Amino acid sequence: MFLVKIYVQLKKDILDAQGKATKKALESLGFEGVQDVRIGKEIRILLDGRDISEVSEKVRQMCDKLLINPVMEDYDFKIMEVEK
Amino acid sequence: MKFGVVIFPGSSGEGDCFYVIKNIINKEVDYIWHKDLIKDIDTYDCIILPGGSSYGDYLRPGAIASKSPVMESIKEFAARGGLVLGICNGFQILLESGLLPGILLQNENIRFKCQYTQVRVENNKTPFTGQCSKGQVLKVAMAHGYGRYYAPEDVIKDLNKNGQIIFRYCDAQGEIEISANPNGSVENIAGISNKKGNVFGTMIHPERSSEEILNSSQGRVIFDSIIGYLKGVTVNGK
Repeated sequence: MFLVKIYVQLKKDILDAQGKATKKALESLGFEGVQDVRIGKEIRILLDGRDISEVSEKVRQMCDKLLINPVMEDYDFKIMEVEK
Repeated sequence: MKFGVVIFPGSSGEGDCFYVIKNIINKEVDYIWHKDLIKDIDTYDCIILPGGSSYGDYLRPGAIASKSPVMESIKEFAARGGLVLGICNGFQILLESGLLPGILLQNENIRFKCQYTQVRVENNKTPFTGQCSKGQVLKVAMAHGYGRYYAPEDVIKDLNKNGQIIFRYCDAQGEIEISANPNGSVENIAGISNKKGNVFGTMIHPERSSEEILNSSQGRVIFDSIIGYLKGVTVNGK
């Protein structure tokens, strides 16, 4: 079995409203030097599969069909083999 | 003339749409459950995707609903020229399903905004705005947390060129000002259509602005325009 961690971020040129508000909050707490805050999400999937290449092909299809909207998001993922 | 209002788990605007069509504009209307492929979809003249939070807005607003079986029927219906109106979450579903270009992001100031707003009619030569005059200002209800329209620059350029931008947020005088933009949408965009003009999505709620008792009946003109179009009658549009 494989553990897949998919990291999703808003595209760089899109304003991240949550990140902007969080940056302001950090600054109001006195943290200096905060240049930018971007908030993404992590999707974890436990997935059966033969090997890493088969799993990564399946994950790409999942991202294309549902998990990611390419108009606004970029993504990246990691696959780890885990005990059943 | 028959309307269909689609219900997804988490929809909440379907009752308002149904009520306005049945009781205010006095037309036949059915509810359609999202799990159903609509075999007799061609007996409908207009399909409405209502507002609400389908699937709790999980993953992305409209994302999971856009994969519902009913959307396959609606895509075929739209390809044949059938009228499809997406309101609020319905607009998000149309974008996620690829029937309209772009996406709706979280409001710039993060707040969920439930208020009246004004929109200016940018194109009245559409099935949804044929009874409006160009530049007409409509005072209508809005209520959303994810209404910031975004699309890449080349898409925005095409939308402008093809007359696909139907509504823009404006002030009471009809001026397109940043201060009149409630959510940070690109170019104050409040509603767009597809290139053919038969699929229309908007963040405003015409169904909650169709009676004076609700403080505005100015959204009713959208339903009147649809009826006019289906009857082959328009006042100001083509």
